[in-house]
Amino acid sequence: MSETKKFLYVNRRAPYGTIYAWESLEVILIGAAFEQDVTLAFVDDGVFQLVKDHDTAGIGMKNFTPTYGALGDYDINKIYVEKESLEARGLTIDDLQHLIWEDEDEDWAEKDSIKVVTSSELAALMGEQDVVLSF
Amino acid sequence: MKLSIQVNEGPYQHQASDTAFMFTKAAIEAGHEIFRVFFYHDGVNNGTRFTTPPQDDRNVVNRWSDLAAAHDLDLVICVAAAQRRGIVDEGEAERNGKDGNNIAPGFRISGLGQLIEAGIQSERLVVFGD
Repeated sequence: MSETKKFLYVNRRAPYGTIYAWESLEVILIGAAFEQDVTLAFVDDGVFQLVKDHDTAGIGMKNFTPTYGALGDYDINKIYVEKESLEARGLTIDDLQHLIWEDEDEDWAEKDSIKVVTSSELAALMGEQDVVLSF
Repeated sequence: MKLSIQVNEGPYQHQASDTAFMFTKAAIEAGHEIFRVFFYHDGVNNGTRFTTPPQDDRNVVNRWSDLAAAHDLDLVICVAAAQRRGIVDEGEAERNGKDGNNIAPGFRISGLGQLIEAGIQSERLVVFGD
């Protein structure tokens, strides 16, 4: 399996109301071992997955969101958040976790993983993919 | 065309598993190759032989088993999702100290890597669910 394909994971749902967000992250982490060209997108209520400092004590569920901080170590550094979804929910990029990756071609310089894009930019991105997994 | 199918929703609760079945059957009849059917999220519940629907309704589980037997389909249930939801085969029962198993004929339990491999090996991965 030397072939490399472009995989896009589209995360559309709030983090705890259903299990889709958490089980999507499980696919992403397992998939990282296959060395494919991976991109993540966060749209609709999915943008809440990346909001920082979740406190889940009140609902008795595990806060899985610190795991997003490890994505850079898995070479997953193309993370797109839809601008319209943020705005509709009164959020800005400053409300989100600061996800970074280290660029080995530039002496391990720390770079931002998250880019805010418009829905039309995201649509173009989707058009470039070989496999789109939607959660 | 070489296709793989991902089923993300449970039987009876959600039409997605019916539609996935009908699509898979139609694709086979049209001469396409099904590389794999992967069951994830509540979709793993399509693979328990303990399902007992009323007699005047379709049997979603047996339908998959029969299709697999007729066309040598690879029906794969995600192990992580299955463990959460109590879908167990012989090996899983032994590993996790359960007193029985409930996997339906034609299904097997394996890892998420099987989904990624399906995406790599197939010309299209078709996802059924919300």
